[in-house]
Amino acid sequence: MREDGGDALRVVVRLASPLRPFAGGADRLELELPPPITVRAVLDAVAADHPAIGRRVRDEAGTLRRHVNVFVGADNARDLDDSDTLVPEGTEVVVLPAVSGG
Amino acid sequence: MDEPESIAASTGDVVVLLGTTKGLFALAAGPERDRWALTGPWFRGEEIYAAALDTRRGRTRLLVGATSSHWGPSVYRSDDLGASWTEPEPETLAFPADTGAAVAHVWQLQPAGDAQPDVVYAGVEPAALFRSDDAGLSFRLDRNLWGHEHRPQWQPGGGGLCLHTVVTDPAGGPRLGVGISAAGFYRTLDGTSWEAANVGIRTPFLPDPTPVFGQCVHKVDRHPAEPDTLFLQHHWGVYRSDDFGGRWDEVGADDLPSTFGFPVVADPNHPGHAYVLPLTSDLFRCTPDGRFRVYGTTDGGASWQGLEHGLPQEHAWLTVLRDAFAADALDPAGLYVGTRTGEVFASPDAGATWRELTRHLPPVLCVKTAVMP
Repeated sequence: MREDGGDALRVVVRLASPLRPFAGGADRLELELPPPITVRAVLDAVAADHPAIGRRVRDEAGTLRRHVNVFVGADNARDLDDSDTLVPEGTEVVVLPAVSGG
Repeated sequence: MDEPESIAASTGDVVVLLGTTKGLFALAAGPERDRWALTGPWFRGEEIYAAALDTRRGRTRLLVGATSSHWGPSVYRSDDLGASWTEPEPETLAFPADTGAAVAHVWQLQPAGDAQPDVVYAGVEPAALFRSDDAGLSFRLDRNLWGHEHRPQWQPGGGGLCLHTVVTDPAGGPRLGVGISAAGFYRTLDGTSWEAANVGIRTPFLPDPTPVFGQCVHKVDRHPAEPDTLFLQHHWGVYRSDDFGGRWDEVGADDLPSTFGFPVVADPNHPGHAYVLPLTSDLFRCTPDGRFRVYGTTDGGASWQGLEHGLPQEHAWLTVLRDAFAADALDPAGLYVGTRTGEVFASPDAGATWRELTRHLPPVLCVKTAVMP
């Protein structure tokens, strides 16, 4: 992770299939963001480009919806620092619906 | 996944929207209301607590409050009877950032009367009222109610702290009433200043039997020609007010098998006529004695008669939620009831006779009707 605020870094976001229609069918998004990159910054960037994904992943108060999980690599951001979790360079961010419901 | 076609309905037809825990369905029939066609589901897997078919100005706009357990709530609309749906903007129905709140469920979508043909109200959880002045394209928070001094003390009912009922002024005036579980009935007479309006409603579940607020109002309805007269189904008790909630009097305790229930429906043709659907009790929320009976009054609640011809009368332990009972606008009124076990019953003659229109649907959360313009 670059902490020097230098050139933007590339982040890949993989989308669960129910979200893909709201990104033109794409299963992955490539973002360029200035370091340090947090989960919040990634989701902000996704929401700016794809509002329909943004509102499905977080509510209007900015809270990650209860039954949505964001993984940084293999780690659930909830088990780390939630939205403040840092995204290391080269690590994929994956947005998935949780196993829940009735 | 194949999406259903649009609702097949034309001028004069009756449409009955059925919001369920797993999506939206619709029934449609001609004015005779004898041959029904079922369409759906739209919004598969989502909870539909609120729906409306707005026919004002000759439009046929479906508004649907859908909540995905994963992806959250929003208000969707269709101007072609469900053939296509508009993806709402994130801010279509959202709390302003300074409130720190977020919509959990959309509990009610209530078009105002013809005098306000572009006004739609939305009631949500957490309990708040939103208003649209563009027929549901965008909503803004009623900050006066949101800022009410009672709000921090409101307690949630079993369905959460929700604003589930909006009573509009048919003349288009500023008067407005809302039902909140479990805070009670609140009203504004000038459109800005809100007050609790629960005088006379008893609360056996609270130490104070007649508090200013804290009532568990389940549903409120009124006849447009007598907008001062309200019928209210409380957690315990059916009430009537003749001054838009200034005071409430219990009605029906002598005739009804139970005064516990969720919906109350005012007959659209006859002031003073109303319908309720009693359930056994707070602790046993099924139809009394295994008999599915609607009760109607034709004298403002002074007396009630069972309306059960054609409804199951043996081993029928059914539950009907607060918004799952509706009347259409024809005369005699058609009545429509959806159950938590997925049956839909209808009467084309104001409750005199009933038949089952469909069964095996997911649990029915709301039933809304419209006559096609």
